Amino acid sequence: METFLGLDYPTWWFLVIGAVFSGYAILDGFDLGAGALHMFLRKEESRRIAINAIGPVWDGNEVWLVIGGGALFAGFPEVYATLFSAFYIPFMLFLVALIFRAISIEFRGKEPMAWWKKLWDWSYSISSILLAILLGVVVGNLILGFPLDEQGVYRGSWLSFVNPFAVLTGLVTLFAFAMHGGLYLLLKTQGRLFQRMRFLLRGAMIGFILTLVLATLYVLLYIPHMSDKLRANPWMFALPVVLTLLLANIPREVTKGRYLRGFISSALVLAVLLMVVSVELFPVLLFDPVQPQNSLDIYNAASSDKSLGIMLTVAAIGVPLVAIYTGFVFWTFRGKVKMDEHSY
Amino acid sequence: MDVEILSRIQFAFTVAFHYIYPPLSIGLGLVLVFMEGRYLVTRNPLYEAMTRFWVRIFALIFGIGVVTGIVMEFEFGTNWAVYSRYVGDVFGSALAAEGIFAFALESGFLGILLFGWNRVKPWVHFLSTIMVTLGSMFSAVWIVVANSWQQTPAGFQVVGEGLEARAEITDFWAMVFNPSSMDRLMHVWLGSFLAGSFLVMSVAAYYIIKKRHLEFAKQSFTLGLHVATVAALLQLFSGHRSAEIVAEHQPAKLAAMEGHWEARAPADLYLFGWVNGSSQETYGVAIPGGLGLLTHMDPEAPITGLNAFAPEDRPGAVNFVFQTYHAMVAIGLFLIALTLFAQFKRWRGRLFNTRWLMLLFVPSVFFPQLANQLGWYTAEVGRQPWVVYNLLRTSDALSEAVQANQVLFSLILFTLVYMLLFALFIYLFNRKVQHGPNAHHQDDSHRPRQDDMARALESPNS
Repeated sequence: METFLGLDYPTWWFLVIGAVFSGYAILDGFDLGAGALHMFLRKEESRRIAINAIGPVWDGNEVWLVIGGGALFAGFPEVYATLFSAFYIPFMLFLVALIFRAISIEFRGKEPMAWWKKLWDWSYSISSILLAILLGVVVGNLILGFPLDEQGVYRGSWLSFVNPFAVLTGLVTLFAFAMHGGLYLLLKTQGRLFQRMRFLLRGAMIGFILTLVLATLYVLLYIPHMSDKLRANPWMFALPVVLTLLLANIPREVTKGRYLRGFISSALVLAVLLMVVSVELFPVLLFDPVQPQNSLDIYNAASSDKSLGIMLTVAAIGVPLVAIYTGFVFWTFRGKVKMDEHSY
Repeated sequence: MDVEILSRIQFAFTVAFHYIYPPLSIGLGLVLVFMEGRYLVTRNPLYEAMTRFWVRIFALIFGIGVVTGIVMEFEFGTNWAVYSRYVGDVFGSALAAEGIFAFALESGFLGILLFGWNRVKPWVHFLSTIMVTLGSMFSAVWIVVANSWQQTPAGFQVVGEGLEARAEITDFWAMVFNPSSMDRLMHVWLGSFLAGSFLVMSVAAYYIIKKRHLEFAKQSFTLGLHVATVAALLQLFSGHRSAEIVAEHQPAKLAAMEGHWEARAPADLYLFGWVNGSSQETYGVAIPGGLGLLTHMDPEAPITGLNAFAPEDRPGAVNFVFQTYHAMVAIGLFLIALTLFAQFKRWRGRLFNTRWLMLLFVPSVFFPQLANQLGWYTAEVGRQPWVVYNLLRTSDALSEAVQANQVLFSLILFTLVYMLLFALFIYLFNRKVQHGPNAHHQDDSHRPRQDDMARALESPNS
């Protein structure tokens, strides 16, 4: 097995995918969160500003999902095939919500009638909420694991993605994104809308902390393979500690008026949250709690070293490029929202 | 209905619907680069008005193209899990490269293209236009490479047997430059340029008929016509090349395209006709020896017939493939005639006064769009029963874990959502066209004044 800097290729590719999905959570997380908070803004003008705050960037943010999906397909085709066919219905709902969300943003400002704007406001917000919850539901099911056969094919029922823990992780994700989106909107708004966002942010943070505590308790009490791993690797406790500190830092920065720092803190919260899940599972990707020998891990699900080597080269060239022009776009649209004739 | 047919219908429907949009984006992007480039050189406010108007149309098309494109990336995994396992090692790298090199480029710079007018310098905006267009063209590269690899696989080896069989990459560049990829890429690009330029001409012809925004419409039309003429002529060579590749690598598909049952020479080339699949006969008007001439430059060249393949190894819907192929070719030839005739009229200075020609151009965007769709139907139905040619059958490629009622549910869902989406698209597209180019702008220092713009748009002596 080939290695680079002491790590084998599947591990490298696992890191790449982890980085891409973290990037996705951080980037699309704030615009999904802004969508989740959307209906809590009462005035039409406020909603318009909120949409235009994400206007130039949401499409670029969504690309990270496409890259993540492609990276999973390319690097761990077994996982991609099993996961996507196992959760057929949630993924289809995800796609439909994605379509509705995009057209809501696109079409909302195209007609002056109040009912038209209201219709797309609801569509935008509900689809954003649904997307956040579905993402969380998938992560919840990854943590729980599900039955596979010797070929790594899903052997559960089509409806088993709905379970209490997955619903809980869905809510964790929703509140996390709402918090993150709230912080983004603090950076982008002023006046009364800004005050309103501060109020909403508080609600989102409380919701996030409560659901996260519940989810953590659930893991420790009812998901033995996760709690065992934690007990076996005490260093992992460092992650929740870091998470708590980052979380506590958010209200501190907001009180001091350093909203960008607050936003960065919540971005790191999301990254650490994903890190907790992935180090807990590693090297397993799809866990079978009944017959653990059928689980798919980064080795039995990986593409050949040849293929991974090619793609690592692609990633090494491509990811810095993407980072540079993503940064350029964010820099171009920095500061509070300014409307012009091109706005949504 | 079983999972296989439902999954095939769903994939065909979602990909065909998606393919309404990317060719328009690619083609319109190219036209936009010319328009904005010309504006930067001449500083003529008319070109700025043109660029701004077509960017608004572009935004609408692009947005729908993106969301309907993600659907396919998911469907490989949800509906075609065995296929995904089989091809992931090879196909995945093309898809990942698409995401990281192409899609990120276009979506990143799209924000500046749409919203950055007052935020960046004009040349930075122009650069963004180029980047978005390049990004959409690169997308086509990787998608066509991936599809072509399935048509003419190269640069791989098959590891394992039966359920465990997987294609593994052995040579990345052989995979990328597989026998059909570059010729098919040209064909797709040219088809996209035609789609975009005919869209511009359709809208412009409508304005000319309605006597609205005349100078704007004439300039847009002329630019579109130049792009379309070059693309239509090149498409003839590209199409010919594609046919040669099919003849060489997918003889069963070529035989279906021409309704050619028995190997014989000279082989007929049908101008139009009808294939009776059960009696294995083809009727129609044919050029004797034409098929050999087309594919081998020799009328006496023997061409393999469908009967050389076992029934389970050749496409079943022969008449469908025959008709879609012939209709595509007919449209392609018609587009060459149409653009050349329009160029001739332009040379005589009578292009915009020839009312019937302008009337014909109003719906002309449908012609290349239809040809693009028909071409893909030919390519994809003609390669059946294989999803990876001669290696993996479509019927073996399905997800084991998915049942028919799930696919039926999602198929109904997509049908409803896409119908709504298409209705909204047409409605908003029409709104933008009726609204027309905007003469009102903020009075930035580097931008022309409003009244200049208005004058340029409606100048009577044009």
